Amino acid sequence: MTEKQKLVVIGNGMAPGRMLEHLFEKAPDAYDVTIFNAEPRVNYDRIMLSPVLSGEKSFEDIIIHGDGWYIEHGVMLYKGHKVVGIDRKAKTVTSEHGEIAEYDKLVIATGSAPFIIPVPGHDLPGVLTYRDLDDVDAMLLAAQSRGKAVVIGGGLLGLEAAAGLKERGMDVTVIHLMPNLMERQLDPAAGYLLERAFEERGIKVITSASTKRITGDTRVESIELEDGTVIPATLVVMAVGIRPNGALAKEAGLSVNRGIVVSDSMQTSDPDIFAVGECAEINGNVYGLVAPLYQMAEVAAGHLANGGGKNFVETSTATKLKVTGIDLYSVGDFAEADDREEIVLRDANAGIYKRLVLKDDKIIGVVLYGDTGDGAWYYDMLKKGSDVSELRETLIFGQAYQGGAALDPSAAVAALPDDAEICGCNGICKGTITSAISSKGLTNLDDVRAHTKASASCGTCTGLVEQLLGLTLGDAYNPSAVSAICGCADLGHSDVRRLIKAKELKTIPEVMQELEWKTSCGCSKCRPALNYYLVCDWPDEYADDYQSRFINERVHANIQKDGTYSVVPRMWGGMTNSTELRAIADVVDKFQIPAVKCTGGQRIDMLGIKKEDLPAVWEDLGKAGFVSGQAYAKGLRTVKTCVGSDWCRFGTQDSTGLGIKLEKFMWGSWTPAKLKLAVSGCPRNCAEATCKDIGVICVDSGYEIHFAGAAGLDIKGTEILGNVKTEEAVIEHVVALAQMYREQGWYLERIYKWAKRVGFDEIRRQIMDDEEKRKAYYERFVFSQKFAQVDPWSERVSGKDKHEFKPMATLSLEAAE
Amino acid sequence: MNALTQTWVTVGLLSDIPIRGARCIKNGDMTIAVFRTADGRVFALEDNCPHKNGPLSQGIVHDGCVTCPLHNWVISLETGIAQGADEGQTLSFPVKLEGDKILLEVSR
Ligand code: SRM
Ligand SMILES: Cc1cc2nc3c(=O)[nH]c(=O)nc-3n(C[C@H](O)[C@H](O)[C@H](O)COP(=O)(O)OP(=O)(O)OC[C@H]3O[C@@H](n4cnc5c(N)ncnc54)[C@H](O)[C@@H]3O)c2cc1C
Ligand code: SF4
Ligand code: FES
Repeated sequence: MTEKQKLVVIGNGMAPGRMLEHLFEKAPDAYDVTIFNAEPRVNYDRIMLSPVLSGEKSFEDIIIHGDGWYIEHGVMLYKGHKVVGIDRKAKTVTSEHGEIAEYDKLVIATGSAPFIIPVPGHDLPGVLTYRDLDDVDAMLLAAQSRGKAVVIGGGLLGLEAAAGLKERGMDVTVIHLMPNLMERQLDPAAGYLLERAFEERGIKVITSASTKRITGDTRVESIELEDGTVIPATLVVMAVGIRPNGALAKEAGLSVNRGIVVSDSMQTSDPDIFAVGECAEINGNVYGLVAPLYQMAEVAAGHLANGGGKNFVETSTATKLKVTGIDLYSVGDFAEADDREEIVLRDANAGIYKRLVLKDDKIIGVVLYGDTGDGAWYYDMLKKGSDVSELRETLIFGQAYQGGAALDPSAAVAALPDDAEICGCNGICKGTITSAISSKGLTNLDDVRAHTKASASCGTCTGLVEQLLGLTLGDAYNPSAVSAICGCADLGHSDVRRLIKAKELKTIPEVMQELEWKTSCGCSKCRPALNYYLVCDWPDEYADDYQSRFINERVHANIQKDGTYSVVPRMWGGMTNSTELRAIADVVDKFQIPAVKCTGGQRIDMLGIKKEDLPAVWEDLGKAGFVSGQAYAKGLRTVKTCVGSDWCRFGTQDSTGLGIKLEKFMWGSWTPAKLKLAVSGCPRNCAEATCKDIGVICVDSGYEIHFAGAAGLDIKGTEILGNVKTEEAVIEHVVALAQMYREQGWYLERIYKWAKRVGFDEIRRQIMDDEEKRKAYYERFVFSQKFAQVDPWSERVSGKDKHEFKPMATLSLEAAE
Repeated sequence: MNALTQTWVTVGLLSDIPIRGARCIKNGDMTIAVFRTADGRVFALEDNCPHKNGPLSQGIVHDGCVTCPLHNWVISLETGIAQGADEGQTLSFPVKLEGDKILLEVSR
């Protein structure tokens, strides 16, 4: 075996991250890799910082390589180590903390630094840039005060920052030097539409405005423009451009212009040193979007792996603004000139603007606003330099209109050539995606993301990728198709449920044996499902298998992202009193519970409890009369109520009392997925009963029972089941409905999905019209409650499952000696 | 000198762990999860998912794997390597059974 070479990488951004992925694929054993990163963290998707800022994603969601990746590839990652010197003679680099690493090959990937306009006051606290997670964290902190923010710079970054800060509740003004926003990517018309869209969101935009100074005593207070306007500000974000980080390379004597000069094989003036990413300059160009940087990454990896491979080829990159609700796409060159023609389409009502710039019958520039669906199609023709004279008449209407009749959107995708780029960020073509789907047997979006990276960066091409799945798999791609329960079995949920009853199967091993499971003991998908089916079908005989339950149901608390738990006691119908509140306050103090929150389900959540403390917490809560709120269960959760006729001037019935009765009747029951109820005292519906799994609206003449609403992943108003006259009748009907769902629903299938599958009329027929059936369902529910209504908390306080809450052993040095 | 030596330490009895379950061992700052499979084998992994540090001891054990409770990565009990398309590895430790006793090899 040949000795591994040493590869040192300076900077751990998106470009080197991608480069290493390619390198490990091409030559897994060629190098021992050491990375120095000035940022104290692993590699993450910088372009997704804006969704983190706006709150649509968390930092964890945008990590590209977690710590495990570095371990797996034997990479030494120095986090928070800035490299301060390169010694090309000794072939070493030195970090600011004095760490020295030798290299055979060195890759510089220092990215760029945000440009700071040197106006007076630019260094006041409260003036930030927008480049990394620390900037986002600083902005989020500033946003907590809900103050005024001024963003300097109306380019991509500035606008994303502005939208994010607005989303976080700040009062935001954008100041832009040029007459129209994003002038490098947009023409004035699209810039105008964009400005209007921002103003509609309550973000002020001032164009042709130049900053004179930033003022404030100890921190920023306002900003003054050249024309004398003063804008108060508690936060100023400068997003006015970036400068490649070339200083380190320059000191080492490498050739540096705007960026570090590299050849088309990404080699600097020293053949053992490569540069990739925003810090690199090729043919006089530097780049600030990931697509070309990913190309650099691939090229560099090829040359590092075997000294050959592809070289860098310049292509234009499309820009998209990642602000939810604003669709914008631009690529190429759209300046006006004599030898160019343009085709423009505007639809003022729909807020659509499209512009194509043609030269010699070829597309050289595209701006799309409001409807960006044809971006990929135009881009493909632009890249290939296709002659569009034949299409000229209908070109602007998009691909769907070519050939006379309007194509449906999937036909448009079908018509794209194999080398048409689908994912701009990762440079993935249609052919790569379709062949991965067929050759690797991919069946869903996540698989495609995992295997090709398409739509895994900014996500704007997700729709296209889904259409490709549809086209490639045909009928086999049906996101809601009836499929096997999981990879362990051939049968679907319905068959499994039917056979459990028909063959009287009463344990998980029995089911697996009789129904020919293909694995020895199932997986985390099928075992919880089987456990539920057996609990539901044989309530008196089946011994619940806790090892087949998800942790929350096993320990009766909700696991949190840091491994602590949250605890939610029942507050029947949302009612509470001073004794209960005092008991909660005492528990919070005694166990130093870090967070207490009113949930969306009208009760109180205590978050951040250590697992070891759970039994003691429950013991104290139990003394005050609390039982588990089952906030973790695929079972009855809450029954929300409004104040109803007890207090409300419009209340027609005792909605609170009825809600409490329902909750006391039904708590503890396990259901296919969670089950949430609500009772409102009149059609004003303050308890939001019409989006619940089961809801009741009190009316003068009695009660209107609703079902199959949704307000989570999907939003759907309820359907009416029917009207009844008395509280007893409500309970009988609601319980019968719940039991029908319990017996037929597939595991994790909410009531609205089940109802759609079996038919609303069929449910009404069985529950409203068929009294015998209804009564039988009701009786079966009542029977199973005998075994289900045991408070799991008090059981555990009395010692059940002790092993769950204690470590088996604690090792210490002394013990071993 | 601070050279490390490997030692086998008794950490508990097989019957302390539920079948297809896990128990934790505290070792200084580190938590080690010891798993027991349906067929009576034991494995030890750092209680830390390579994805986002989820406590693997709280997951569902099936075949030779555990499914992490936080985002459902499936981790091999034997190697600590994430299965399927996910990438990552958790530290694993040698464990053996002597009768009913579970011994874990730790470095000191
Ligand atoms: C605590 C609470 C948020 C809050 O602070 O208010 C909450 C917290 C969680 N919700 Fe929720 N949901 C809470 C009310 C809701 C509501 C509103 C409501 O119930 O009135 C909804 C919309 C209605 C609905 O149920 O669809 C809601 C829709 C969801 C969903 C989407 C479910 C769906 O099928 O569409 C999930 C994800 C899931 O279940 O797979 C979810 C999952 C979760 C989980 C369990 C996430 C998880 O798997 O860890 C969170 C547990 C946190 C914890 O440990 O307490 N939560 N969640 C609310 C607890 C209510 C309670 O007292 O029990
Ligand atoms: C908010 C935001 C949104 C964006 N949106 C998009 C988008 O939608 N589409 C798109 O294509 N692009 C977008 N970009 C641009 C894209 O993120 C960058 O082009 C890309 O991340 C650059 O990658 P890189 O590896 O060259 O540098 P970076 O990812 O910047 O990484 C450089 C790293 O090197 C470290 N470093 C610097 N000097 C040293 C040193 N001396 N020693 C050690 N480490 C050092 C830095 O700390 C940094 O972590 C966006 C950027 C931002 C900030
Ligand atoms: S729904 Fe509104 S109006 Fe009706 S009883 Fe409740 S609070 Fe009163
Ligand atoms: S932490 Fe384990 S899957 Fe996310």
